[in-house]
Amino acid sequence: MKYVDTAQVQKKMNTRLLTNKIAKSLFFLSTLFGLIVLVVLIFRVISQGIAWINLDFLTGKLSNNPERAGIMGAILGTLWLMVVVAPVTMLIGVGTAIYLECYAKKSRFHSFIQTNISNLAGVPSIVFGILGLTVFVRTMELGNVVLAGGLTMALLVLPIVVVASQEAIRSVPSQLSEASYGMGATKWQTIKNIILPAALPGILTGAILSLSRAIGETAPLVVIGIPALLIPFPGSLMDRFTILPMQIYYWTIDSALVAEYANLAAATIVVLLVVLFVLNSVAIIIRNKFQQRY
Amino acid sequence: MEANSAVNKGNAVNVRDMIADKKRSRNLSNVMEKVMPKVLLVIATISILTTIGILFTLLTETIEFFQRIPFVEFFTGTVLKPLSQNPEFGVLPLLTGTLISSGIAMFVAIPIGLMTAIYLSEYASDKVRRIVKPILEILAGIPTIVYGFFALTFVTPILREFIPGLQATNILSPGIVMGIMIIPMVASLSEDAMSSVPNSMREGALALGSTKLEVTGKVIIPAAMSGIIASFVLGISRAIGETMIVTIASGSSKNFTFDITQSMQTMTAYIVEVTGGDAPAGSTIYYSLYAVAMTLFVFTLIMNLLARYISRRFREEY
Repeated sequence: MKYVDTAQVQKKMNTRLLTNKIAKSLFFLSTLFGLIVLVVLIFRVISQGIAWINLDFLTGKLSNNPERAGIMGAILGTLWLMVVVAPVTMLIGVGTAIYLECYAKKSRFHSFIQTNISNLAGVPSIVFGILGLTVFVRTMELGNVVLAGGLTMALLVLPIVVVASQEAIRSVPSQLSEASYGMGATKWQTIKNIILPAALPGILTGAILSLSRAIGETAPLVVIGIPALLIPFPGSLMDRFTILPMQIYYWTIDSALVAEYANLAAATIVVLLVVLFVLNSVAIIIRNKFQQRY
Repeated sequence: MEANSAVNKGNAVNVRDMIADKKRSRNLSNVMEKVMPKVLLVIATISILTTIGILFTLLTETIEFFQRIPFVEFFTGTVLKPLSQNPEFGVLPLLTGTLISSGIAMFVAIPIGLMTAIYLSEYASDKVRRIVKPILEILAGIPTIVYGFFALTFVTPILREFIPGLQATNILSPGIVMGIMIIPMVASLSEDAMSSVPNSMREGALALGSTKLEVTGKVIIPAAMSGIIASFVLGISRAIGETMIVTIASGSSKNFTFDITQSMQTMTAYIVEVTGGDAPAGSTIYYSLYAVAMTLFVFTLIMNLLARYISRRFREEY
């Protein structure tokens, strides 16, 4: 029997350990890369845009003159968009999740809906824009108004809400619903009074994440044809509107013509990122604070 | 009357009364029991209706397009001039633009994403992982329009310092920025795959005297291969469907070229351009929009199905 040649192992050991060390720092550096880009991006946007953010910019109307341009219209448009997206996605998303988790038998149909939802999550957002353009704007003749944009966005973010709600419902321990059945409650009573309240934090987290996705998404609205014109503030579901990312888009592509537009775009990005940051923080707080442990 | 006497006599009949009472109030909830599953089923089918809607709108208009422009001409044509006197509709310039930008993106995202995943899963302490992962996820949550702005006003000027021939709009800069956008996705999916490799395998290899790098390279990565490949495929699918970054930073020249310093157009950017201009309904350019969208849809669908198939089919069970 041949024993391990200690000398040979010793000789190789140092190079092996060194390679490991080098690899480790390489891996660490690439992790750092993403973080550095994030810092650069945020620093760059803030340093360019912060000087332009003031009350007049936040409350002003759109204008071709960069000195007087404001984003109130885009802020109001974003709020109006949420008025459509939030209830529609909550209703459809939570309803679908309840059906899949509580009622559907593990049949072909069940897995068909499930596959379908995960496929929808992978469809590029611009394809949803084309769907919205064809169905809501042209066929239903809604025009490029809040309702059409909101419904398009709602379909786009629907998979997020469904998946999050499903996970929330699934994580409600079965003892709770069994206790409810044991007390003589019916299925719907159990869902309504026991499962949904217990799953609410998870559902809300998903809903807020989907909203922040809807606020940041631009491509579907470009396709639907949200105007770059100086439109009046939206006041109803049937008004034309614009939202913050659209404003960033138009100012960015026009920055070749008027250099200050780049600064306006940066300032709008700061506002958008702050809005998203607040929304995400709320989602995290809800998840951490109200999540009961059973 | 009977009930009154029952109350006087004792509790026996009273219970029967209570049951009757209960039954009456049950009627309402019985209705709910019957109605709610059906209502929820209708709601659940909306996702299917959405898919049917997408397929139907894309298919009908695409078929109309292929009645005007032959299928072969569309997929082999190297010239795309939708607005000229003699319009030509070859999709190859858009396909190369899309594939090249996605290729550059994956050239950035795959090594960095995978190395990040290795670091987080194998080397980092729990504390570091808990801090770094959420920060990386912020990167994934930044709207793509912001990345577009970043690519056009920051990355392109920097790249032009190093590459003198780089055009103001080019495919290189949005490709790199798209890669950065995809890093968190590749990293987190690969990390999931790698951390689900059971610890006993790590310990076994370490006990035999391997270094961490050897454990990672010879045990962990092969074991997690299906998940890692699936994350790459999903990343590519994401890059193919990405719109705003390329629309802003890669320009709108429909060049059929492989020179990454040139301006190129992707399928998504073409869709934005056509819908942004007034393509009159019924014109060939209007229908070309749907043909391109259909191509894009089919491409990404195949990618997504492939990723699911890989992660299911080749999953190693421990």
